[in-house]
Amino acid sequence: MNREKIEVLKRKFGSQILSLKEEKGEITLLVKLEGLKNLLKALRYDDEMAYDMLIDLCGVDYLGEDPRFEVVYLLRSLRDGDRLRIKVRLNEDQEIETVSDLWRAAEWLERETYDMFGIRFANHPDMRRILLPDDFNGHPLRKDFPAEGYDFDKPFEVKLEEES
Amino acid sequence: MGIEERELERNVLITSVEKLVNWGRKFSVWPLTFGLACCALEFIVAGSATVDMARFGSEVARPSPRQADLMLVAGTLTKKMAPMVKRIYEQMAEPKWVIAFGSCACTGGIFRSYNVVQGVDQIIPVDVYVPGCPPRPESFLAALIKLQKKIERETVRDRKLISAP
Repeated sequence: MNREKIEVLKRKFGSQILSLKEEKGEITLLVKLEGLKNLLKALRYDDEMAYDMLIDLCGVDYLGEDPRFEVVYLLRSLRDGDRLRIKVRLNEDQEIETVSDLWRAAEWLERETYDMFGIRFANHPDMRRILLPDDFNGHPLRKDFPAEGYDFDKPFEVKLEEES
Repeated sequence: MGIEERELERNVLITSVEKLVNWGRKFSVWPLTFGLACCALEFIVAGSATVDMARFGSEVARPSPRQADLMLVAGTLTKKMAPMVKRIYEQMAEPKWVIAFGSCACTGGIFRSYNVVQGVDQIIPVDVYVPGCPPRPESFLAALIKLQKKIERETVRDRKLISAP
Protein backbone atom coordinates (compact mmCIF):
# COMPACT_ATOMS: atom_id res chain seq x y z
CA MET A 1 0.00 0.00 0.00
CA ASN A 2 2.73 2.39 1.00
CA ARG A 3 4.63 1.87 -2.27
CA GLU A 4 1.65 2.86 -4.36
CA LYS A 5 1.31 6.00 -2.33
CA ILE A 6 4.94 6.85 -2.93
CA GLU A 7 4.46 6.51 -6.68
CA VAL A 8 1.51 8.89 -6.55
CA LEU A 9 3.55 11.32 -4.44
CA LYS A 10 6.46 11.19 -6.86
CA ARG A 11 4.13 11.93 -9.75
CA LYS A 12 2.42 14.83 -8.00
CA PHE A 13 5.24 16.40 -6.01
CA GLY A 14 8.31 15.06 -7.79
CA SER A 15 9.99 18.44 -8.04
CA GLN A 16 9.66 18.97 -4.33
CA ILE A 17 11.15 15.72 -3.09
CA LEU A 18 14.89 16.02 -2.54
CA SER A 19 15.53 12.44 -1.55
CA LEU A 20 13.69 9.24 -0.73
CA LYS A 21 15.19 6.67 1.58
CA GLU A 22 13.86 3.27 2.50
CA GLU A 23 15.27 1.32 5.37
CA LYS A 24 13.71 -1.71 7.06
CA GLY A 25 10.41 -0.85 5.44
CA GLU A 26 10.39 2.69 6.75
CA ILE A 27 10.16 5.43 4.16
CA THR A 28 11.73 8.82 4.76
CA LEU A 29 11.21 11.77 2.45
CA LEU A 30 13.41 14.84 2.52
CA VAL A 31 11.44 17.67 0.95
CA LYS A 32 11.92 21.34 0.15
CA LEU A 33 10.67 23.99 2.54
CA GLU A 34 8.81 25.85 -0.20
CA GLY A 35 5.39 24.35 -0.78
CA LEU A 36 5.69 22.06 2.25
CA LYS A 37 2.23 23.02 3.43
CA ASN A 38 0.64 21.94 0.14
CA LEU A 39 2.42 18.61 0.28
CA LEU A 40 1.30 17.97 3.85
CA LYS A 41 -2.23 19.07 3.03
CA ALA A 42 -2.31 16.52 0.23
CA LEU A 43 -0.98 13.82 2.56
CA ARG A 44 -3.64 14.65 5.10
CA TYR A 45 -6.74 15.07 2.94
CA ASP A 46 -6.21 13.29 -0.41
CA ASP A 47 -8.22 10.12 -0.49
CA GLU A 48 -5.30 8.09 -1.84
CA MET A 49 -3.01 9.27 1.00
CA ALA A 50 -5.18 9.68 4.12
CA TYR A 51 -2.39 10.24 6.64
CA ASP A 52 -4.89 11.38 9.23
CA MET A 53 -2.71 11.09 12.31
CA LEU A 54 0.33 13.10 13.28
CA ILE A 55 2.33 10.86 15.58
CA ASP A 56 5.11 13.31 16.33
CA LEU A 57 6.66 16.52 15.20
CA CYS A 58 10.11 17.42 16.36
CA GLY A 59 13.21 19.41 15.58
CA VAL A 60 16.86 18.47 15.07
CA ASP A 61 19.84 20.80 15.32
CA TYR A 62 22.72 20.02 12.92
CA LEU A 63 25.07 22.70 14.19
CA GLY A 64 27.64 23.71 11.59
CA GLU A 65 25.62 22.47 8.64
CA ASP A 66 23.65 24.61 6.29
CA PRO A 67 20.67 24.68 6.64
CA ARG A 68 21.06 24.24 10.36
CA PHE A 69 17.74 22.84 11.54
CA GLU A 70 15.54 19.98 10.50
CA VAL A 71 11.86 19.47 11.30
CA VAL A 72 10.56 15.92 11.24
CA TYR A 73 6.92 14.91 10.77
CA LEU A 74 5.91 11.36 11.64
CA LEU A 75 2.64 10.51 9.95
CA ARG A 76 0.38 7.52 10.13
CA SER A 77 -2.66 6.49 8.18
CA LEU A 78 -5.22 4.83 10.40
CA ARG A 79 -7.13 3.60 7.36
CA ASP A 80 -4.21 1.85 5.67
CA GLY A 81 -2.04 1.27 8.73
CA ASP A 82 1.18 2.63 7.26
CA ARG A 83 3.63 5.29 8.27
CA LEU A 84 5.60 8.02 6.56
CA ARG A 85 8.43 10.24 7.73
CA ILE A 86 8.78 13.71 6.24
CA LYS A 87 11.88 15.79 6.86
CA VAL A 88 12.49 19.39 5.95
CA ARG A 89 15.59 21.52 6.47
CA LEU A 90 15.58 25.20 7.33
CA ASN A 91 17.86 27.92 8.65
CA GLU A 92 17.64 30.11 11.72
CA ASP A 93 16.26 33.07 9.82
CA GLN A 94 13.58 31.04 8.06
CA GLU A 95 10.03 30.42 9.23
CA ILE A 96 8.07 27.25 8.64
CA GLU A 97 4.35 27.14 8.06
CA THR A 98 2.26 25.66 10.87
CA VAL A 99 0.34 22.44 10.34
CA SER A 100 -1.87 22.87 13.39
CA ASP A 101 -4.84 23.47 11.08
CA LEU A 102 -4.26 20.06 9.45
CA TRP A 103 -3.58 18.09 12.63
CA ARG A 104 -4.66 19.60 15.94
CA ALA A 105 -1.93 17.56 17.64
CA ALA A 106 0.64 19.79 15.99
CA GLU A 107 -0.29 22.80 18.09
CA TRP A 108 1.58 21.77 21.22
CA LEU A 109 4.28 19.89 19.34
CA GLU A 110 5.13 23.01 17.38
CA ARG A 111 5.19 25.02 20.58
CA GLU A 112 7.62 22.50 22.03
CA THR A 113 9.81 22.65 18.94
CA TYR A 114 9.81 26.42 19.20
CA ASP A 115 10.61 26.23 22.90
CA MET A 116 13.52 23.84 22.49
CA PHE A 117 15.03 24.95 19.18
CA GLY A 118 13.71 28.44 18.49
CA ILE A 119 12.19 27.34 15.19
CA ARG A 120 9.31 29.72 14.49
CA PHE A 121 6.05 28.44 13.01
CA ALA A 122 4.18 31.00 10.94
CA ASN A 123 0.43 31.43 11.47
CA HIS A 124 0.43 29.31 14.60
CA PRO A 125 -2.54 30.27 16.83
CA ASP A 126 -0.53 30.48 20.06
CA MET A 127 3.23 30.66 19.50
CA ARG A 128 4.45 30.68 23.11
CA ARG A 129 6.87 28.55 25.07
CA ILE A 130 5.21 25.43 26.45
CA LEU A 131 7.68 23.76 28.87
CA LEU A 132 9.98 26.56 30.01
CA PRO A 133 9.05 29.82 31.76
CA ASP A 134 8.01 32.61 29.42
CA ASP A 135 11.01 34.80 30.30
CA PHE A 136 13.56 32.03 29.70
CA ASN A 137 16.68 33.03 27.82
CA GLY A 138 17.74 30.70 24.99
CA HIS A 139 16.59 27.42 23.46
CA PRO A 140 18.03 24.46 25.38
CA LEU A 141 18.13 21.71 22.75
CA ARG A 142 20.33 23.75 20.46
CA LYS A 143 23.79 22.24 20.31
CA ASP A 144 25.48 25.50 21.29
CA PHE A 145 23.37 25.92 24.42
CA PRO A 146 25.41 25.37 27.62
CA ALA A 147 23.90 22.72 29.93
CA GLU A 148 23.68 25.22 32.80
CA GLY A 149 21.96 27.85 30.68
CA TYR A 150 23.03 31.42 30.07
CA ASP A 151 21.98 32.86 33.46
CA PHE A 152 23.49 30.22 35.71
CA ASP A 153 25.73 32.60 37.68
CA LYS A 154 23.01 35.13 38.30
CA PRO A 155 20.71 34.71 41.32
CA PHE A 156 17.36 33.30 40.35
CA GLU A 157 14.42 35.64 40.80
CA VAL A 158 10.74 34.86 40.83
CA LYS A 159 8.22 37.33 39.60
CA LEU A 160 4.73 36.74 40.90
CA GLU A 161 1.96 38.07 38.74
CA GLU A 162 -0.10 40.69 40.49
CA GLU A 163 -3.53 39.43 41.35
CA SER A 164 -6.22 41.31 39.54
CA MET B 1 3.34 39.59 63.96
CA GLY B 2 0.45 38.37 65.96
CA ILE B 3 -1.49 39.09 69.06
CA GLU B 4 1.28 38.70 71.59
CA GLU B 5 3.41 41.49 70.14
CA ARG B 6 0.57 43.98 70.41
CA GLU B 7 -0.25 42.80 73.91
CA LEU B 8 3.32 42.96 75.07
CA GLU B 9 3.69 46.56 74.01
CA ARG B 10 1.18 47.49 76.69
CA ASN B 11 2.74 45.27 79.31
CA VAL B 12 6.03 44.34 80.81
CA LEU B 13 8.02 42.00 78.64
CA ILE B 14 8.44 38.78 80.44
CA THR B 15 10.67 36.15 78.95
CA SER B 16 8.65 33.35 80.38
CA VAL B 17 5.74 34.34 78.12
CA GLU B 18 7.98 33.78 75.17
CA LYS B 19 8.99 30.47 76.57
CA LEU B 20 5.36 29.52 77.00
CA VAL B 21 4.44 30.53 73.46
CA ASN B 22 7.45 28.81 71.97
CA TRP B 23 6.79 25.72 73.99
CA GLY B 24 3.28 25.60 72.62
CA ARG B 25 4.40 26.24 69.08
CA LYS B 26 7.19 23.76 68.90
CA PHE B 27 4.96 20.80 69.65
CA SER B 28 2.37 21.62 67.07
CA VAL B 29 4.32 22.32 63.91
CA TRP B 30 1.78 21.40 61.29
CA PRO B 31 3.37 20.59 57.94
CA LEU B 32 1.87 21.38 54.59
CA THR B 33 0.97 18.40 52.40
CA PHE B 34 3.30 19.34 49.61
CA GLY B 35 5.91 17.53 47.55
CA LEU B 36 7.79 18.27 44.37
CA ALA B 37 9.58 15.02 43.56
CA CYS B 38 10.72 11.68 44.98
CA CYS B 39 11.71 13.15 48.38
CA ALA B 40 8.00 13.67 49.05
CA LEU B 41 7.71 9.90 49.50
CA GLU B 42 10.12 10.06 52.43
CA PHE B 43 7.86 12.65 53.98
CA ILE B 44 4.89 10.32 53.53
CA VAL B 45 6.83 7.54 55.24
CA ALA B 46 7.64 9.94 58.10
CA GLY B 47 3.93 9.99 58.86
CA SER B 48 3.58 6.21 58.81
CA ALA B 49 3.43 3.95 61.85
CA THR B 50 7.09 2.86 61.69
CA VAL B 51 8.55 6.36 61.89
CA ASP B 52 5.53 8.23 63.24
CA MET B 53 6.19 11.95 63.35
CA ALA B 54 3.07 12.24 65.52
CA ARG B 55 5.41 11.64 68.45
CA PHE B 56 6.70 15.16 67.85
CA GLY B 57 3.34 16.79 67.34
CA SER B 58 3.55 17.10 63.58
CA GLU B 59 1.12 14.50 62.38
CA VAL B 60 -1.51 16.97 61.18
CA ALA B 61 -0.50 17.51 57.56
CA ARG B 62 -2.68 20.28 56.23
CA PRO B 63 -3.71 20.47 52.59
CA SER B 64 -4.21 24.23 52.82
CA PRO B 65 -1.27 26.64 53.22
CA ARG B 66 -3.48 28.89 55.36
CA GLN B 67 -3.53 26.29 58.11
CA ALA B 68 0.05 25.07 57.92
CA ASP B 69 3.12 26.22 59.86
CA LEU B 70 5.84 24.22 58.15
CA MET B 71 6.62 24.07 54.48
CA LEU B 72 8.65 21.02 53.63
CA VAL B 73 10.18 21.63 50.23
CA ALA B 74 10.78 18.01 49.30
CA GLY B 75 12.23 17.57 45.87
CA THR B 76 13.63 19.24 42.79
CA LEU B 77 12.43 22.79 42.31
CA THR B 78 12.24 23.63 38.62
CA LYS B 79 12.19 27.21 37.45
CA LYS B 80 8.73 26.68 36.02
CA MET B 81 7.47 25.55 39.43
CA ALA B 82 9.21 28.32 41.41
CA PRO B 83 6.40 30.95 41.20
CA MET B 84 3.88 28.43 42.55
CA VAL B 85 6.13 27.48 45.47
CA LYS B 86 6.72 31.11 46.35
CA ARG B 87 3.01 31.84 46.16
CA ILE B 88 2.19 28.92 48.46
CA TYR B 89 4.85 30.16 50.90
CA GLU B 90 3.38 33.63 50.92
CA GLN B 91 -0.10 32.22 51.46
CA MET B 92 1.00 30.59 54.70
CA ALA B 93 0.18 32.52 57.85
CA GLU B 94 2.91 33.59 60.27
CA PRO B 95 4.63 32.04 62.09
CA LYS B 96 5.98 29.78 59.37
CA TRP B 97 9.09 27.72 58.86
CA VAL B 98 10.73 26.03 55.90
CA ILE B 99 12.72 22.82 55.73
CA ALA B 100 14.71 22.25 52.53
CA PHE B 101 14.48 18.47 52.29
CA GLY B 102 16.95 16.65 50.07
CA SER B 103 19.95 17.69 48.02
CA CYS B 104 17.88 19.19 45.22
CA ALA B 105 16.01 21.51 47.54
CA CYS B 106 19.23 22.48 49.34
CA THR B 107 21.50 23.19 46.39
CA GLY B 108 19.99 21.88 43.19
CA GLY B 109 21.65 18.51 43.82
CA ILE B 110 22.72 16.58 40.74
CA PHE B 111 20.81 18.95 38.49
CA ARG B 112 23.40 21.53 37.54
CA SER B 113 21.02 22.49 34.81
CA TYR B 114 19.25 25.33 33.08
CA ASN B 115 15.81 24.40 34.36
CA VAL B 116 16.45 23.73 38.06
CA VAL B 117 16.63 26.37 40.79
CA GLN B 118 19.97 25.88 42.55
CA GLY B 119 18.54 25.76 46.06
CA VAL B 120 15.13 26.91 47.31
CA ASP B 121 16.84 29.52 49.50
CA GLN B 122 17.06 31.60 46.35
CA ILE B 123 13.32 32.23 46.50
CA ILE B 124 12.20 31.58 50.10
CA PRO B 125 14.02 31.73 53.47
CA VAL B 126 15.03 28.29 54.76
CA ASP B 127 15.35 27.31 58.43
CA VAL B 128 16.74 23.78 58.26
CA TYR B 129 18.61 22.06 55.45
CA VAL B 130 18.51 18.27 55.14
CA PRO B 131 21.01 16.84 52.64
CA GLY B 132 20.64 13.38 51.14
CA CYS B 133 19.35 11.85 47.95
CA PRO B 134 16.83 11.14 49.29
CA PRO B 135 17.26 11.62 53.05
CA ARG B 136 15.75 8.85 55.15
CA PRO B 137 12.51 9.61 57.02
CA GLU B 138 14.56 9.64 60.22
CA SER B 139 16.37 12.64 58.77
CA PHE B 140 13.07 14.41 58.64
CA LEU B 141 12.59 13.73 62.34
CA ALA B 142 16.10 15.02 63.02
CA ALA B 143 15.28 18.18 61.08
CA LEU B 144 12.02 18.54 62.95
CA ILE B 145 13.81 18.29 66.31
CA LYS B 146 16.36 20.85 65.11
CA LEU B 147 13.51 23.12 64.11
CA GLN B 148 11.89 22.66 67.50
CA LYS B 149 15.15 23.74 69.13
CA LYS B 150 15.19 26.76 66.90
CA ILE B 151 11.60 27.63 67.77
CA GLU B 152 12.50 27.33 71.45
CA ARG B 153 15.07 30.09 71.08
CA GLU B 154 12.86 32.47 69.15
CA THR B 155 11.71 35.77 70.61
CA VAL B 156 8.73 37.84 69.59
CA ARG B 157 11.15 40.33 68.11
CA ASP B 158 12.59 37.76 65.70
CA ARG B 159 9.47 37.56 63.67
CA LYS B 160 8.33 40.58 61.80
CA LEU B 161 5.80 40.66 59.05
CA ILE B 162 8.38 39.42 56.64
CA SER B 163 8.02 38.57 53.05
CA ALA B 164 10.46 36.45 51.08
CA PRO B 165 13.93 37.98 50.51
